[in-house]
Amino acid sequence: MTSPTTGTVTGITANLVEIRPEGPVLQNEMCQVQAGDASLLGEVIKVTGDTAFVQVFDSTRGLTVGSPVIFSGQRLVVQLGPGILSKKYDGLQNDLDKFEGIFLQRGLRSEPLDPDHRWSFVPLATVGDPIRAGDWLGEVDEQGLPHRIMAPFTLQGTWTLDRLVPAGEYTIRQEIAVLRSDAGNTLPVTMVQNWAVKEPLTVYAGKMRPGKLLETGVRIVDTLHPMLEGGTGFIPGPFGSGKTVLQQALAKQADADVVIVAACGERANEVVEIFTEFPELEDPRTGRQLIDRTVIIANTSSMPVAAREASVYTAMTLAEYYRCMGLRVLLLADSTSRWAQALREMSNRLEDLPGPDAFPMDLSATIARFYSRAGMVTLSNGQTGSVTFIGTVSPAGGNFKEPVTEATRKAARCFYALNQRRADSKRYPAIEPLESYSKYLDYPEFQDYAAREVSPHWIENARTLSNLLLKGKEAGDQINILGDDGVSIENHLDFWRAELIDFVLLQQDAFDPVDQLCPLPRQDAMSTLVLEICHRPFRFDDFQQVRPYFKRLINAIRQMNYSAWESEDYQHHYQELEGILAEQATELAV
Amino acid sequence: MEIKAFAKRFTHLEDITRATCTLRASGVHNEELALVDGQLAQVVRIRKDVVTLQIFAGTEGLSNHAEVVFLGKYPNLKVGPHLMGRFLNAYGQPLDGAPLPEGDGTELGGPSANPVRRAQPSVPILTGLPGIDLNNTLVGGQKIPFFADPDQPYNEVMAMVALRAKADRIILGGMGLSYDDYVYFRQTFREAGVLDRIIAFINTTQDQPVERLLIPDMALTTAEHFAVEQGENVLVLLTDMTLYADALSIVANRMDQIPSKDSMPGSLYSDLARIYEKSLQLPDGGGSITILAVTTLNQGDITHAIPDNTGYITEGQLFLRKDSDTGKIIIDPFRSLSRLKQLVIGKQTRADHPQVMNTAIRLYADAQEARTKKENGFEITDYDQRTMAFAQAYTREILAIDVTMDMDAMLDTVWKLFAAHFSREEVAIKQEWMTQYWPG
Ligand SMILES: Nc1ncnc2c1ncn2[C@@H]1O[C@H](COP(=O)(O)OP(=O)(O)O)[C@@H](O)[C@H]1O
Ligand SMILES: [Mg+2]
Repeated sequence: MTSPTTGTVTGITANLVEIRPEGPVLQNEMCQVQAGDASLLGEVIKVTGDTAFVQVFDSTRGLTVGSPVIFSGQRLVVQLGPGILSKKYDGLQNDLDKFEGIFLQRGLRSEPLDPDHRWSFVPLATVGDPIRAGDWLGEVDEQGLPHRIMAPFTLQGTWTLDRLVPAGEYTIRQEIAVLRSDAGNTLPVTMVQNWAVKEPLTVYAGKMRPGKLLETGVRIVDTLHPMLEGGTGFIPGPFGSGKTVLQQALAKQADADVVIVAACGERANEVVEIFTEFPELEDPRTGRQLIDRTVIIANTSSMPVAAREASVYTAMTLAEYYRCMGLRVLLLADSTSRWAQALREMSNRLEDLPGPDAFPMDLSATIARFYSRAGMVTLSNGQTGSVTFIGTVSPAGGNFKEPVTEATRKAARCFYALNQRRADSKRYPAIEPLESYSKYLDYPEFQDYAAREVSPHWIENARTLSNLLLKGKEAGDQINILGDDGVSIENHLDFWRAELIDFVLLQQDAFDPVDQLCPLPRQDAMSTLVLEICHRPFRFDDFQQVRPYFKRLINAIRQMNYSAWESEDYQHHYQELEGILAEQATELAV
Repeated sequence: MEIKAFAKRFTHLEDITRATCTLRASGVHNEELALVDGQLAQVVRIRKDVVTLQIFAGTEGLSNHAEVVFLGKYPNLKVGPHLMGRFLNAYGQPLDGAPLPEGDGTELGGPSANPVRRAQPSVPILTGLPGIDLNNTLVGGQKIPFFADPDQPYNEVMAMVALRAKADRIILGGMGLSYDDYVYFRQTFREAGVLDRIIAFINTTQDQPVERLLIPDMALTTAEHFAVEQGENVLVLLTDMTLYADALSIVANRMDQIPSKDSMPGSLYSDLARIYEKSLQLPDGGGSITILAVTTLNQGDITHAIPDNTGYITEGQLFLRKDSDTGKIIIDPFRSLSRLKQLVIGKQTRADHPQVMNTAIRLYADAQEARTKKENGFEITDYDQRTMAFAQAYTREILAIDVTMDMDAMLDTVWKLFAAHFSREEVAIKQEWMTQYWPG
């Protein structure tokens, strides 16, 4: 390697630093800017003439023109290896637990992985095997998950496994294998490797269309607008409409092997909530601690803005890494708008020609590229892995006609529109059922899967429920225009059928220990029950009877929702429901 | 401010705008303080040897031959017990005559707390106002603004809440405060006998708007001292953050930044977050910083960039408005939210609290719909009638800012209102609470 390029600072505007390099620099190359005692990390984001523009990931207070800069020759990389699970990183993969003191002093770095931990390694390959990038050489147990140790992702062509250590305890820096090329070159391999975060990690055999349901336990998602393994979705909504609560519910409940949460430019107290609660909670499926399968990338709103941009890429790269092991990864980012705003702040300081709302011109392409990194893949050994990505969007003024929402709508396949009016009337989760969609409902491979693995009428139920909701909305509009007594009783019934669906299926209390998680069989039973009620004939002499009757139905089923599945309480309320329904049966018989 | 003997001096300004000036100088540090003809200024941009300074007091009357002295230090404040009971200006100089100890202190605008060193907020702050305690319970370490039109009594409500909140220390940051409100705060604190617990940093409408930019950092650096070093529970009052943001836009516009929505700088979100995120709860019975702020609105418009960005940063908002039906000033249950209430309600308050709160608001929403129906000239049902009657009573007895009571009394009041206006099915709360609390 040639000696690194050096340079000197020529200008400073907030965290944008202009540098005159004394040699070649790369776009996105990392560098160290010396500000007094502190060495600040920065990234080249533009080069014009003899000036490199660098975004510094820290406060530039005290920096002077003439300060020395050392370029690294590398783009921003993360360290990939065992020990990532349950870590709390900042956007640059510093392990936050390793920093001392209450406040984040600038210029500090910490090791992302534990160099001394001894991992119990089991070989998966055999000496003499042909090896390509990403092939599994062995595995270690990481908090109960098989963490595959893979051939370097940067490997070109096919090599041969020359040596592989026997099962035993090794640290991440110890040599565990040696590869040999046809030309006779050898390459030692350890359990850790680096990867540039902005480069998609694509060492898989092929990418497939998603087809399997990702169970979340959130009724309106699974039953009405299902998310699939390897799928993409986004949750736009004004502040306070429930984006974070919904994402945290997904983080807790979704049926994934690994969950990566990127807290991108939002509140610190929200990650503290995860830190505090997840170690206390059990993974509903494996019984292990929830924190064991979780990685948190915390670059909260008062942490350096430039690192906010890096944080989503860091999170995505970690997700792709676990996908290469044949695992199902759920990646959540809250909020992608803060990432877009970080891009806007920098582009403004660069005095780039602004696009709509002063966002950079290429915002839409940047977002699309990012979402395209999610997906379901087949690995060279025939196994599959997935990255499901769901991002929140925080539209300015709560108005979806703004650049980030519009760009994301083009990139993501599921749309979970949070609605202020629903949130105001505490109809949580405040997903507007008719405006939202999951394009996966139209995927034949998912339709087959759902019929086979979930329930024969899952897709049909979703469509019927949507139709009933639409009918209810139209009836509601009619009632609003013509008045209660200006419409037929059938209109009132349509309205109340939709209310029934809303109150007992769509609404779900994220803070109730029972209601918060509704497994698929229970969802299936509930929607079948509700649909059965919706299809019953009812007889009322006066529209005034409809509301109280349906309120009683709703109350009984809500009580069921709050009771453990098929418990005594549950049965009790079910009988109550049957009693209410029986009243109508006699009514009809008369 | 003292000037070091070796300080660099310059006497030629190349450019003067309304808030900034530019000169050629070398060896200057980013964000360093300077004196421009004795006025405090700060380095905001350096390009080669061209240095841009932001002058807090504005540039009116400034000569292009003004003397510029770089001070080699950053905005700072000497923090300690000597500040107790004091009223200071945006520069940390006494407004009340008595001198303060000289010398450099803690740098303002220190780094952000490491999220893993924070504790989860868990101590409810009870104010006695049901519109807050019942519907939007506050928690120590929270940051929450009042959203209010300029004609609402937000400063009075904030002062009342501050006095009832039982904080170890109250730090007031006044930005663009009217002189009358400044005097009001002083008198209120004096009459309540809490002056020794107060520290105030005041910028009034008579002062320069750009000086306001120093106020939150002054207040929060002081707060950090008492919370971190002394383990105190500190309550910080910031009023009015809309005027703070206006000052940000003045500076940004004068530095030729491309404005984003509502002429605000593109960095507004980060600028506000830096302030609000100073709120925190320290672990193991350590201190806390709670921020109560005021964001004035323009005719209730929360989509404007200032309240909008604020809402995305703070842990909820308390929306003050006048209820046309009863004529009372209320804490609007729809548009208000305390995001941290989940951490305490039903756990440190009575177990029926969450459901009682939500159900009452749902019924209040039904009343809104009934009212719309009525206004549109439709016949209304018996249920509509009852929701409207409920909403009126609920407004008077719970939402209005002129009622105070303890937590259990608030819950009992709501149960009483439920029973007075509705059947059990219409209320539909978990059976357990129904059995226990339904009156009669
Ligand atoms: N599913 C839910 N169940 C109960 N309350 C909810 C639910 N979703 C949101 N909320 C309420 O709304 C508040 C704001 O939600 P949050 O997710 O923080 O909003 P956002 O991230 O959109 O700003 C929460 O603090 C909570 O009170
Ligand atoms: Mg949120």
